[in-house]
Amino acid sequence: MSVATWSPTKAGHRYAEVPEEIKRQLFEEVKSDPRYPDFLYGCYECGICVSACPSARFYDFSPRVIAQALAREDIDRFYEILMEDIWNCAQCFSCVRCPRGNNPGGLVTLMREVAVRHGLEQAQQALQGYSRVIYKIMLKGNQVSPDMLQPDFFPDWGPWVREFSRNMTAWRKAIPVDTLRNVTDAAWRTDDKTLRELYTIWFETGNMEVIREVDEGLYELLVEIMEEELEAAP
Amino acid sequence: MSEKLIPLTELRERKAQPVKPNPEEAPHPDLREELFELEAHGELIVQRVPEPYVEVTTKFGRTKKVPIDHLWHHKSCGQCGHIPGYTTSILWLNRQFGIDYIDPTDQTSCTGWNYYASATSNAVAQLLVMCRNFAAAYETGYYPLIHCGTSYGHYKELREQLVHHKDLRDQVRRVLDKLGKPLVVPEEIVHYSEWVHVMRHRIAERQVIDMRNITACVHPACHYYKIVAEDAIYDPDIYGGQRTATVTALLQALGINVADYSTWFDCCGFGFRHILVQRDFTRSFAVLRKIEVMKDEANPDMTVTHDTGCVTTLDKSQFAAKAHQRRVGVPVLADSQVAALAMGAHPFRVLQLHWHSTDWRPLLEKLGIDWQRHWAEFEDDLAAIERGEKSGLTWEDAEQPILTR
Ligand code: SF4
Ligand code: SF4
Repeated sequence: MSVATWSPTKAGHRYAEVPEEIKRQLFEEVKSDPRYPDFLYGCYECGICVSACPSARFYDFSPRVIAQALAREDIDRFYEILMEDIWNCAQCFSCVRCPRGNNPGGLVTLMREVAVRHGLEQAQQALQGYSRVIYKIMLKGNQVSPDMLQPDFFPDWGPWVREFSRNMTAWRKAIPVDTLRNVTDAAWRTDDKTLRELYTIWFETGNMEVIREVDEGLYELLVEIMEEELEAAP
Repeated sequence: MSEKLIPLTELRERKAQPVKPNPEEAPHPDLREELFELEAHGELIVQRVPEPYVEVTTKFGRTKKVPIDHLWHHKSCGQCGHIPGYTTSILWLNRQFGIDYIDPTDQTSCTGWNYYASATSNAVAQLLVMCRNFAAAYETGYYPLIHCGTSYGHYKELREQLVHHKDLRDQVRRVLDKLGKPLVVPEEIVHYSEWVHVMRHRIAERQVIDMRNITACVHPACHYYKIVAEDAIYDPDIYGGQRTATVTALLQALGINVADYSTWFDCCGFGFRHILVQRDFTRSFAVLRKIEVMKDEANPDMTVTHDTGCVTTLDKSQFAAKAHQRRVGVPVLADSQVAALAMGAHPFRVLQLHWHSTDWRPLLEKLGIDWQRHWAEFEDDLAAIERGEKSGLTWEDAEQPILTR
């Protein structure tokens, strides 16, 4: 790796073909988020965030570079980070021990939101294979459920997943907690009214439009189910 | 110049002293005061911590009220979906102590896992999911106890945003009005491990399984003490007040030897998105930076943590690493499971250890628990369910400890 490819100040040419106004517009969108001023106060370049960051250990990724590029409003570097780095962050927030009070992980969250909102190809790639999770969270209000634990999806978890899969129905009945017992397609039993309120939240806050950017087919499926449910409300 | 330097011996001496923070010097104003101010202006309702509660000290020396009773269990989807013994143990403990609680069906997850993984949401939607749950708890008169570390961290961060941004409050209120719900924020956001923490001496009083021969490593959960750090419990008697006291204080109260390891501050490798669709990172981090370091430096009988993602990651990541001859094989439990086990909870009916993948049998054997016998009991339960004689396990089946004093 040469200096030209790692230095945050010199490496801003990898997307030279992308018009400056597009980079600027995306940057301004991140910057205009009401949370932005709480997440960035400048940067000492001390690297404390990097020393705590798990993703910095395993990827070519640096919360320091993120804080610094944004603080300097280096839009070329910002654009590279948006396109290449943000999906590597583990969102653990170990970096908030920053002595400057920054929240580099929070900045990543804001950048991811913008990437998703614009349906950037990299965001779609990063979320490949993720649609079934979005389906579950939007419809059930739960991220995961027992029926998602399938051997072909978690082969690296070993023979345990196969054993679980074979026994899921009985094991699920053998839980003494009333709201969990015998529930396999969600984490717990949720009232229909509660789910209708959740759907209202998704529609009222523009969240469904975000889903449309990620996966149009999924969006249509979700809207159909949710609208039917909302119309059937007593 | 040189006489101004602090001698090394004095520095060491100072470091050996427990940290006694002064709340006056906390880096941020007390958010609770801002909440009460907003309430006084009619902007929102603050749900008060009900009595009885215990006051604990947090990172910057402020006190925090942890409720004991009248709890609304804000469950975790990762726990209930994939590690149900985690939730069962929390509720089993509540029942053992005769706590008045609600296990609600009018609850969604915080949806924070998805937000941190995919960002397919936005600040207002996330705030509303939180406020809808808080309103649901408030309507019952019970106080929310947050099971998930991610929900806990996420809600603390969202609460700050709600307090500091009027435009966000206005947007949230508009939708809540539509739902017919008030804007309510609890006085304290309380994690279940804080409830376990304040109950630890009562748990120890009822301990029936001797755990003094057990060594444990603790993994403190990032979203518990790194996000909005000032809300986490710190105690000068635990790590000199330099790390959070939750989990460790419980284990020590149970007589367990808590062994240190150098990467305690590292996250587990969960990564939210990574655990689902990019597990090479998760597995590598969990094994190389956590499990192997624990194994090499402390050789623990178990590792104990207090969050959904951490239990999942540390437990499930060990299988594949065995194929690479990595030094793994440390069972992973939540603090609630350890507390319940100490009080004699059934390893399968309550702890649901069959949902864990790293071998827990050596741990139970070292504790003198005849796991084969208890597994046979559980298999009888399963057989009765299969035959249709039982529709499922109930609290009646699970309530009885395996040992009594
Ligand atoms: S939140 Fe992201 S940037 Fe911050 S320490 Fe964790 S992985 Fe690194
Ligand atoms: S810890 Fe903060 S000040 Fe230091 S390099 Fe990271 S972002 Fe910059």
